[in-house]
Amino acid sequence: MMQVARKGPWAALSDLFWRRPGVLLIVLLGPPLIWLVVIYIGSLVALLVQSFFSIDEFSGLITHEFTLKTYGELLRPSNFDIILRTTLMAASVTIASAFIAFPIAYYAARYATGRMKAFFYLGVMLPLWSSYLVKVYAWKLILAKEGILNWAIDGIGASAVLNGLLALPVIGGNSLSVSYVGTFLVFLYVWLPYMILPLQAALERVPRNLLEASDDLGAQSRQTLRYVILPLALPGLIAGSIFTFSLTLGDYIIPQIVGSSRLFIGQAVYAHQGTAGNIPLAAAFAVVPIVIMGLYLWAAKRKGAFDAL
Amino acid sequence: MRSDRAPLGLRIAAFAGLAFLHAPILLIFVYAFTTEDRTYQWPPPGLTLDWFAVTWNRPDVWSALGLSVRVAALSTALALVLGTLCAAAVSRARFFGRETVSLLVILPIALPGIITGIALRSAFSLGDIPFSTLTIVLGHATFCMVVVYNNAVARFRRLSGSMIEASADLGANGFQTLRHIVMPNIASALLAGGMLAFALSFDEVIVTTFTAGQQQTLPIWMLEELVRPRQRPVTNVVAMVVVIVTFLPILGAYYLTRGGSETAGGGK
Repeated sequence: MMQVARKGPWAALSDLFWRRPGVLLIVLLGPPLIWLVVIYIGSLVALLVQSFFSIDEFSGLITHEFTLKTYGELLRPSNFDIILRTTLMAASVTIASAFIAFPIAYYAARYATGRMKAFFYLGVMLPLWSSYLVKVYAWKLILAKEGILNWAIDGIGASAVLNGLLALPVIGGNSLSVSYVGTFLVFLYVWLPYMILPLQAALERVPRNLLEASDDLGAQSRQTLRYVILPLALPGLIAGSIFTFSLTLGDYIIPQIVGSSRLFIGQAVYAHQGTAGNIPLAAAFAVVPIVIMGLYLWAAKRKGAFDAL
Repeated sequence: MRSDRAPLGLRIAAFAGLAFLHAPILLIFVYAFTTEDRTYQWPPPGLTLDWFAVTWNRPDVWSALGLSVRVAALSTALALVLGTLCAAAVSRARFFGRETVSLLVILPIALPGIITGIALRSAFSLGDIPFSTLTIVLGHATFCMVVVYNNAVARFRRLSGSMIEASADLGANGFQTLRHIVMPNIASALLAGGMLAFALSFDEVIVTTFTAGQQQTLPIWMLEELVRPRQRPVTNVVAMVVVIVTFLPILGAYYLTRGGSETAGGGK
C-alpha cells in the first residue's frame, strides 16, 4: 500500500485536529466566543452593575456602592409613565402590524408562485434592509404640514376627519408630525417587514391537505381561517411580535423625530446617559426592556415560537 | 378543492400592503430633485439637478461617508472571520452548551439596539476607554457577526459530510480539504453574509450614537439633519444615494443565495 506523504507543520496540525476533535473545536469556537463574552456579555454586566449604583444629588457624581435606590426612582410617577407609555405603544404597534402583515404573508405563502413569489420576497426584503434613517426621514416628509399626506387629505376633502382625529386628547396634537398618531404610523411602517417574514415562514409550513380536509368537512373559508390556519400560524405571529415589540421598546429616534415631547424609554436612557450624566438611572431604564422582553420570550418559548424564527 | 385563485379582498390587501412599504421610499427619489429648499412642500414646485452638484462639493458629507465605509469594511472583515468560525463549530460538532452558543450569537440583534449601545457605553466609561473608530467597530462587528453566522450556518448544514470524508480518503489533509472542498462550497454564502453585514453596519445609528463620541458616520450626519434640519436639499440627495447604495448588496445577496433552502437576510 502506498504511503501518503504527510509532511510539514500544516500536515502535522491537520493530523492533530483529526485525532483530537476537541482541539479543533476550541480553535474554531475560541475567538468568536471570547469576543462575545468579553465585549458583549462584559458590557451587559457593566450595564447591570451601573444600574445598582446611584448618583449623589449634590455633587452629581456616581456613588460606587450597591443600592436599589436607582430602581426605586423608576417607580416615580413621571418615570413610570414613560414605561407605561412605551409598553402601550409597543403593544398597539404589534397588533396593528399583525393585521397588515397577515394578508401579505398569506398571499405570498399560499398563492404566489415563481416570479410572483420572488417579487413578494424582494418586496418585503428591500424595505426591511433599506436605511432606517431614510425611512424615518421619508415619514417626516410625508407627515409635514405642507407634505403629501395633508395635500392628499385636502384633495379628497377629508380635512375635517383629520382635524377631528388630531383634536382627540392624548393621541392628538397640533399636527400629525407631533402627535402619537404620527409616531405610531412611523413605528408601524418601519417594523412591519419584521412581522411579515416570520409569519410568512409559518404560513408556508401549513400543510395544504389540512386546508383541503377542512374544506371537505364543509367548513366555510372563514372557519378554516379561524380554526385551522390561525392556530398553525400562531408561532410565526408570536415570533414576529417579538421583533415588533422589542424594536419599539428600545427605539429612541422615531419618537424624537416624529412625536410629542413626552418621552419613551429609549429617549429616557439616551437623555440620562448624555447631558444629565446619570448613567445609573439610564442603566436602570435600559434594564426595563430586558426584563419585559425576558418575560415575553419566556411566554413565547412555551408556545413554541422559536421554531418559526 | 376550490380554484387556487386568491380572493379579491386578499389580493387587494396584499398588494396595498406592499405599496404601503414602498411608497415612502419612492417619495425620497422625488424630493431629491425638488427646487424647494426651505420646506417639505408637496407637490414640488419644480425639478432640478442642482442639489447633486451641491452635495458633491460638501466636505462634511464626504468625511462622514469615508468614516462609514471604513467602519463597515473593518466590521465586516471581523464579522466574517468570527461568524464563520462560530458557524463551523456549531454545525460540525456536537458539544455541551451548543444551544447556548447559538443563542449567544443572536442576542446582540434580539435585544433592542439601545441596550447594546448603552451597555458598550457604560463599559467604555467604567474602563476609561476613549472613543475612536475602534470603539465603533467593536459594536458593529458584534451584531454583524450574526448575519454572517446565519448565512454560513445554513450553508454548512447543506454541505454533506461525505464530501469531506471523501476528500480525506483521497489523502487530503484538513487544510487541503478546507481550501479545495469547504471554501468553494461556502464562498457564495460568505459573500452574501458579508454584503449584508456591510449594509447593516453602513446604516447603523442606534448603537453608533453611543460608541462614536464626536465622530460622524453618515447615519449620524443624517440624524443631525433630521433633528435640526439645516440643509434639506442636501439631506434629500444623501437619502436617495443611501437607498441606492444599500439596495445593491441586498439584491446581490439575494441572487447569491437564491434557490437554496436558505435565503439571505431573513434575520436582520
